[in-house]
This record gives sequence, structure tokens and C-alpha cells, in this order.
Amino acid sequence: MNREVAKKIISKYGIYFVLLFMVIAMSIFSDVFLTGRNLISVIRQVSVIGLLSLGVTLVIISKGIDLSSGSVLAFSAVMAASFGQLITFADKMYPGIGELPVIVPLLVALAVGTLCGIINGALIAKTGIPAFIATLGMYTAARGAALLYTDGRPVSNLTDSYKWFGQGYVGFIPVPVLIYILMAVITWVLLNHTRFGKNVYAIGGNIHAAEVSGINVHRNLIKIYAYAGLLSGLAGLVMSARVDTGQPGMGMGYELDAIAATTIGGTSHAGGIGTIGGAVVGLLILGVLNNGLNLLGVSAYWQQIIKGVIIVGAVVIDMRRNRVKK
Amino acid sequence: MSDIILEMKEINKEFPGVKALDNVKLDLRRGRVHSLMGENGAGKSTLMKCLIGIHQPTSGRIIYKGEEVQIPHTQVALNMGISMIHQELSPVLHRTIMENIWLGREPLKGPLKLVDHGEMYRRTKELLADLELNIDPKEKMINLTVAKIQMVEIAKAVSYNSEIVIMDEPTSALTDKEVDHLFRIIRRLKEKGTAIVYISHKMDEIFEISDDITIFRDGKYIATKEAQDITSSELITMMVGRELNEMFPKVDCLIGDVKISVRNLSSFKAFNDVSFDVRKGEILGIAGLVGAGRTEIIETIFGMRTKTAGSIFIDGKEVKINSPQDAIDNKIALLTEDRRATGIFPTLSVRDNTIMAHTKSYINMFGLLDYKRIEKDCLEYKDKIRIKTPGLDQRISNLSGGNQQKVLVARWLLTQPEILILDEPTRGIDVGAKAEIHSIITDLAGQGKTIIMVSSELPEILGMCDRIVVVHDGRVTGILDRKDANQEITMKYATNTMEQ
Repeated sequence: MNREVAKKIISKYGIYFVLLFMVIAMSIFSDVFLTGRNLISVIRQVSVIGLLSLGVTLVIISKGIDLSSGSVLAFSAVMAASFGQLITFADKMYPGIGELPVIVPLLVALAVGTLCGIINGALIAKTGIPAFIATLGMYTAARGAALLYTDGRPVSNLTDSYKWFGQGYVGFIPVPVLIYILMAVITWVLLNHTRFGKNVYAIGGNIHAAEVSGINVHRNLIKIYAYAGLLSGLAGLVMSARVDTGQPGMGMGYELDAIAATTIGGTSHAGGIGTIGGAVVGLLILGVLNNGLNLLGVSAYWQQIIKGVIIVGAVVIDMRRNRVKK
Repeated sequence: MSDIILEMKEINKEFPGVKALDNVKLDLRRGRVHSLMGENGAGKSTLMKCLIGIHQPTSGRIIYKGEEVQIPHTQVALNMGISMIHQELSPVLHRTIMENIWLGREPLKGPLKLVDHGEMYRRTKELLADLELNIDPKEKMINLTVAKIQMVEIAKAVSYNSEIVIMDEPTSALTDKEVDHLFRIIRRLKEKGTAIVYISHKMDEIFEISDDITIFRDGKYIATKEAQDITSSELITMMVGRELNEMFPKVDCLIGDVKISVRNLSSFKAFNDVSFDVRKGEILGIAGLVGAGRTEIIETIFGMRTKTAGSIFIDGKEVKINSPQDAIDNKIALLTEDRRATGIFPTLSVRDNTIMAHTKSYINMFGLLDYKRIEKDCLEYKDKIRIKTPGLDQRISNLSGGNQQKVLVARWLLTQPEILILDEPTRGIDVGAKAEIHSIITDLAGQGKTIIMVSSELPEILGMCDRIVVVHDGRVTGILDRKDANQEITMKYATNTMEQ
């Protein structure tokens, strides 16, 4: 009986144990790892990918995929940055307008991201093309739009209030970390305590049953991708603020890291299964792995291989866990 | 006798909670067409699936050409010379006819064992010509009509040199001309000494093509007759001659005004010009054979299918229903026929499954879900209709079929419907849960709800319903009152043979 209970706990919280195990292992091998400074830097490093992975979690629970988040991040970043440059900067994109309040670039970033997401969702809902294809199109197109808008050049010299989103602190906590925590909580509430959240699970779990239950599948799909887009936009703002530049090439490959974090966290690509808690833990596992392997002096090439093994391993374990017994 | 090619003896097949075949036997002879008759669920298809290795019989013996055989999977059956042409065909649509026929055993050539397309083409051409099929072997399957696909499947069976060919409802999608062609092919196979098993609900076809007929009922063997020694009316009696021994708690309810009227409803080719009324407190049954259009009619009422003509009135007012949401807004609920495909959310909890059609009523002033109220309602319905589950957090896929069905009933009752449409409400659930669902239905009628029920089980329809609409081939062939209905009459309307 006790064995059964233990089995259940391990299967339900297995991924949390993995994180715990990694933290313990790393702190044994490295004395720097378990310092407050280092831990905060771990989270700060992954906070941008974390924002993406929150949206991707919703998308994957609904049995979709979002390949466009990295590109949308870049497009939002350059758009936002162009409205947040210092007035004293000679090579300003819009020399005619003065210094705008920081709310303007913030809203620009969110609007651009959301709009890209709405296009993704509308394509999937109205034309019925697979999410893979729709977001693959956006992956290319949004990157192109970012390059076109900036003519391939970085948009730099941002205002202090803009940079605060990437470099500021509230107490000892970096603002990007704070934004990630805030959005994780909001997304958790959205997924677990709203009608929309229930619909996300329903659509991923059984789209036909969702239709029969009177759920407007099309409208909900658009909302799901719009929300993922919004988070990509926010991630764009944070990242450009952090490096004081909106670059059209930024965030490349981030979409895959976001998908990896979500997947390691137990969100099933078969739809209908996944949690924000899992996405957070999945992200931290990636972060601890990067940081720990760096501290241990493991080569970057090996790190990539280890990451790959962990992603696949997580899914293999998950499939076994969720397999319906026949 | 030497012309007996196959004997199936004392075959039993049990599924969890159901005995699908109970000591069934069947003898097949070379060069004869042997029809299997019985109501939906009588065990015909299950028996054939045991023969070709899709199912394994729980016990029993299969003797093929005088030797006892084991058939663990379909490839073994095919290699032995037993093929089945399934009710639902499953060709590889985007490949050619010849690739479909030789799938998995393509003729090869050369030391590298490359696929010999020339040889494949030649053999296919021969095969098709032999069946009077004038189609190019390089045509893609997706460009063929259902009839042609069926013929290709038969060609495939012939290519295996099959000595037994099983056809499950082969004519359900064919025109009269195509049926003639099929029958010519069947006669040709007969001449070659092939034994044919023919499963169909169509009485006239059975008598046209069969030599022998075996009748099944409720998974039991009833009789085998030569076709010339039996009339269609005797056949129907044998098919349905079942005692009404199950308990149906039907009590007479106060029947009120007309609640819903369906007028001249049509949906493409699925059904035509269907009209009926249902009153408050009344249970209306829709009976008919598989493929007659029963499910399509109610799916159209519920807004899941496009209505091509006709109108629906509720309380005397015409309503526009273009989506399930519209139907739910008009206080209609639909318990769908296929619990897995369109009912449950397998990965979600019992709680989430219960509230999914009704989430909008649980939103509190902050726009969030009121879990306290959800908990209260779910527990109330869990007790009321006795859903057996360790807890509301339990994943629904861990529940038994009967309990899953009860969760779905709870889902719809939560929406406070006035009209409940139930499609095969007791399919695939055990006897105990069945009786409970029957008593829930009766209670609902007692509360003045309007109920439309589709069922393939005639005793269920006869036992539960106040009136019965019988459909055949997309048309209403009769509307019977409870007092006038019995199994024979209903079956005659359902097979459209009442003039005999």
C-alpha cells in the first residue's frame, strides 16, 4: 500500500524531484551554485524564455504548437525599441518625435505580439491548417518583418525607464524575474480558474466533444494564440531592455527552448494535459542545467547534447506515465 | 461432407461486462453464399472478426479444411485464404490502386529487391479485367467512388487466392446498378468455388444472393436454413424473437403540449423530409437499422450538421440552430452515440467533464470560476445519479463505461435542458448501469422533460418509448404508438418490407 502511494507521488511530482536532485547535486559539486546571487542569476537568464514557455504551454495543452515565438519576440522588440529611444541619440529611428512615456513602447510590444498571435490563431481556426504550418509561416514572416522594419540594423540607446524592464531591480529581485513570476501567476489563474482555461483543456482533450459541449472552438483557438503572442511581445520588450537594443536577429531558437521547457514540465503534445507548475519547473531544470554545467566547466557542446537527452528522456518518461493501460 | 471448407464450433467471445458470442457455430461450404442475419449487435461482425484474427475467441474451435487452426492476426488469415471486406473501408487514399492491392507484398526484382512496378501493373490489370473493372491500376484510390473502392478490395481478396471472402454490409453505399455488378462478381467467385460470407440488413438482397442463411440473436446461434426454405417474415421472427425479459421501468407520465416540432427536415443525402412532434413528458424513440439516418437526424436538430431544408419549432416558435451552442441556448441537450469520439474528455477529471457544457454559469463577479458551487453541483449529481468514482479529481478514463456515461448524463442535466436527445444511451455498458440509466430517463420524462431517444436495441425502444419513429434509408417509414408497436412490426418498417 505504502509502495503504491510512493509510486503515485513519484509519478505525479517526478519532475519536481528531478529539479531537487539537480539542485542538490550541483550544490555538492560547486560552492558557488547555492548562493543567492547565483540562483537569482539562473532565473534571470531564463526569464525571457520562461515568458515564451508560459504561452507555449497553453498552446500545447490545446494540442497545438507555436514555432513563431522567437521571431515574434524580435519583431515586437524592434517595434517597441523604435518608440523608446533616447532623444539625445543622433541616429534615432523617428527623430521627429520627442521622448515618449514608457507606456508607449510597452503597449507597442504587447500589441505587435498579440496581433501576430491573432493571425496565427485565425489561420488555424478558419483555414484548418495545422498549427505547425501556420506558426512556421509566422516564424519566417515575423523575422522578415523585423528585418524590414529596421533595415537589418539594431535599434539602440533606449530610455532609462525602458531599460528598467530589463535591468531594474525591485528590492533584490531583478525586474525580468518579477515580470516572469507575475505572468506565471496570471497564466496559472487563467488556466485553472477561468472558463477560458477549461476550454483550453477541453479543446486539447477532445475537440469534437468540445464542439458538442457548445464551446466555440474557433474563438478559443484565436484567444490561445493571441495570448501566446502577447507573452512573446512582452518577452521582446524585456529582452531589448536588458541589452539596451532591439535587434532583428534576437531570440533565434528561443521558440524551441520554450517548447523544451514546457515539454520537460510534463505538458503532453497529445493535448489535454499540462500545468503551469510543470512549465516553471521545466524552465528551472533548463536554467540549472545551463548554469550548473557552466560552473562545472562542461563544454558548451556537451551541454547541448545533455539538453537534448533530457528533453527526449522527459517525454519518454511522460508517455509511460500517461499511457492508457490496455 | 467434403465441400465444407470451414467449421466454427462452440465459439464464445467475452468483452468486459458483455458476452458478445455465446456458443456460436457456423459451417461454410465451397461455392456457396452464406448470409448472416441478425439485429445490430447480434454478433455477426464479432464472429467474423474472430475468424480473421481481429478478435481472439475466448473459447471455441475453428476447423479450416479439416484441420484445427489458430488465427492470431489478420495476416495469418489472409495467407490462409480468408479475407474480409470491411464495413468501413480503409484504403491508403493517396496511393494508387495497384499499390493498395499489393501493399506489404509488392513483387520485387533484381538483387536489390526493388519494387517491380511493371509486374505489379500487369498483375493488377489482369485482376481488374477479370472482375469487369475498367479502371487504370495507376489511378489513385481517392479518385474512386465508394463502389469502386469496394471492388478494388474484392480484387485484393481475389489476389490472395482467398477461398473464403467475407463481405460486411458491402452494398450500404452502392446504387442499384453497382449492386448488380457486385452480385455478378460474387457469382463468378462462387463458380470458382469460393465460399462467401455475406452480412447485410437488406432483406431483398439476402434472398437474391444467398444459398444459406444463419440467424443470430443477442450473440447466440439461432438457426441455419437454406434460403429457398424460408420467408422474410419467418426470418424477421427468428431475428427478433426475444422475450422482453429486461426490466424497463416505463411509467405513464402526464403528457403535455407539443414542445418541439421538426418539419420536412433534410440534410444532404443523409435523410429527407423528416417530420415529427414531441410533447412535454413524452419519450419518442427513433428506430431503424444502422445507416438509416437516425443519428444524422438528431445531429442536425442539435446543429452539428448542415440542414439543407426544413424547420424546427420549439414551443410553437421557429428557432435557428446552426451550432451546438445555439441548441444549448434553446435548452436542448445531446448525449452523443460515440462516448469516446464526441463525449468524454479522456485526460480531464470527472469534475471538469461534468461542468464542460455549463462553465458559463459558474463565473463569479471577478470573472473566475466559482469552485465552491462547482463542487456542490458535481457532488449533487454524483449522488443523484450514483456515479461511482473515488473522487471528482479522478481522471474520467479510469471509470467504467457505465460511469463515464453517467458523467455525461450529469453534464447535460447540469445545463437544465428541456429537450434531451439521447443517442444510444446504453451502448456498451453493463446491465446494472443500463437499468439505472433507464430509470433516470423515465424520471426526467416524469419531470415534464421532452425526450428523443435513438437506440439499436428494439426491446429498449419498445420498453421505454411512448411513440416510435421508424426510419429506413433516410426516410420515415412509420410512426407507431406504444400500444401498436411490437418487434415484428417495427422491424418490418425498418427493413421497409411491410407490404409482405
